[in-house]
Amino acid sequence: MDKQQLSIIANNIRKHVLNMVYSANSGHIGGSFSGAELLSALYFKEANITKENAADLERDKFVLSKGHASPLLYGVLVEKGILPVEELTTFRKVDSRLQGHPSMSYIKGVDMSTGSLGQGISAAVGMALSYKAKELPYRVYTLVGDGEAQEGQVWEAAMAAAHYKLDNLCLMLDFNGLQIDGDITKVMNPNPLDKKFEAFGWHVIQIDGHDFDQIFKAFEEARNTKGQPTAIIATTVKGKGVDFMENNYAWHGVAPNQEQYEKAMAQLNEVKHG
Amino acid sequence: MAKMATREAYGKALAVLVQERNDIFVLDADLSKSTKSADAQAVKPTRHFNMGIAEANMMGVAAGIATGGNTVFASSFAMFAVGRAFEQVRNSIAYPKLNVKICATHAGVTLGEDGASHQAIEDIALMRAVPNMRVIVPADDIETAQVIRAVADQKGPFYVRLGRAAVNTVHSDDYVFEVGKGKVLSSGKDIALVACGVMVEQALLAKEALKEHGLDVTIVNMATIKPLDKNLMVELAKTHKGIVTCEEHNVLGGLGGAVAEVLAQEHPTKMLMIGVNDTFGESGTPGALLKKYGLSAETITERVLAFSKTL
Repeated sequence: MDKQQLSIIANNIRKHVLNMVYSANSGHIGGSFSGAELLSALYFKEANITKENAADLERDKFVLSKGHASPLLYGVLVEKGILPVEELTTFRKVDSRLQGHPSMSYIKGVDMSTGSLGQGISAAVGMALSYKAKELPYRVYTLVGDGEAQEGQVWEAAMAAAHYKLDNLCLMLDFNGLQIDGDITKVMNPNPLDKKFEAFGWHVIQIDGHDFDQIFKAFEEARNTKGQPTAIIATTVKGKGVDFMENNYAWHGVAPNQEQYEKAMAQLNEVKHG
Repeated sequence: MAKMATREAYGKALAVLVQERNDIFVLDADLSKSTKSADAQAVKPTRHFNMGIAEANMMGVAAGIATGGNTVFASSFAMFAVGRAFEQVRNSIAYPKLNVKICATHAGVTLGEDGASHQAIEDIALMRAVPNMRVIVPADDIETAQVIRAVADQKGPFYVRLGRAAVNTVHSDDYVFEVGKGKVLSSGKDIALVACGVMVEQALLAKEALKEHGLDVTIVNMATIKPLDKNLMVELAKTHKGIVTCEEHNVLGGLGGAVAEVLAQEHPTKMLMIGVNDTFGESGTPGALLKKYGLSAETITERVLAFSKTL
């Protein structure tokens, strides 16, 4: 799949995210928009996760450690044909499979129940460890937030991944610089994240998380890295794609009103691809 | 009579299981020689992973391994498995109903000399309050061996509470453990003593002493705290004047609480709850601590006698 097709998919995902959060009047747009290119590239070019193998217990896996970006994951699963698009209006409503934070109990294709920050990365380590132990060829990917890196468990998991030389594990760090209470460096500075991962024994790649060429290259480098896990520190823009949401932490977890929704959707509809 | 800690029986049972089955993974957090999960490592090092002193991550890793259809045993001391990693157990294991068996050792005051910081007396309460979690407290080596096999054979999360101190075998070789079933070990008629873990032996000893005082009590091993054997509890309540629960755990929220919840709704019966009386433990030998914290056969005897006079 080429860049232009992926750009269309990423834009579709953003529209799904916007529709879900507007319909639910609740949810997380900013941190969903920031990861749209990363997950489009992962699901449509890098990882072997399909509608057909979604229910397989052992295959390539993706863990959304920053589980509040559930609209991003649901948007991806719609684009993959794993979730029907009509279901998106049930997001965050009673009796829905689309829980506020992803639950693997309801959807084959949600590879881990997440939402409590710091826990998804450990599950990804467990998946990668079991594949190594059973000599299975599959890879495990996880998307971790930069604010999430304030959780001590992230570093327990990072230590374990390097200790067991999990070169089948690829972590994407969504480095958008903002968390609920504001700038990550003002709330509790987790930097320098590259040096921290390196010190924990990881191979580190730094990229622009919205540039497909850089994302493809990073995935390839991660695949070719042996004996250690890889962390892709992807600099991103929170709220990317809608001008009044970009780099504004106020859009971490609030829903747009009708006027804001229409304005945002109009901008997404005007996006030129390639 | 054999004497073996339930953790020892756990290690032996696990070592057999990992050799039989390729889907079993074992995790520990730098306590494998104490929890005895090292017995499994000795026979199958390719399925045993030490996660270091990082219990929160260990529980998440256990969950991740289980997503692939594997059966995972994760061990540490009860204090750390349940206390330190409570939310990881809740959100990463119990909520997605993953196939993880938390086998926690050194529970209760009989952990002994290490003192209150290491003596979990809240773990049954915490674990039984979590949806999807089943809670089992075996009493001796014979029962532990069967419990470990039973939890390996049943999908989904279990919390198995094990002890550090050697305890006498209370079951005969023909004992059969079943998840969710209590077992009447000795029939009586006046009062029923419902116990779990190390307290089963103390209750059996108390029965002999109570006989000399003219009280004929029934002794029940209620190894499964959740799901509790409701039918047996109601039957015991109907056929006895009172119910006494005995546990090496805080009197709040443990076996006593579980039994009271059932009886209060199904067949209100006067109860006496014997356990640690909402206080922290301290350093000492297991025997001295059982005595000091009111968990010895002598104390059970005295308290049951006093209780019988109120019925």
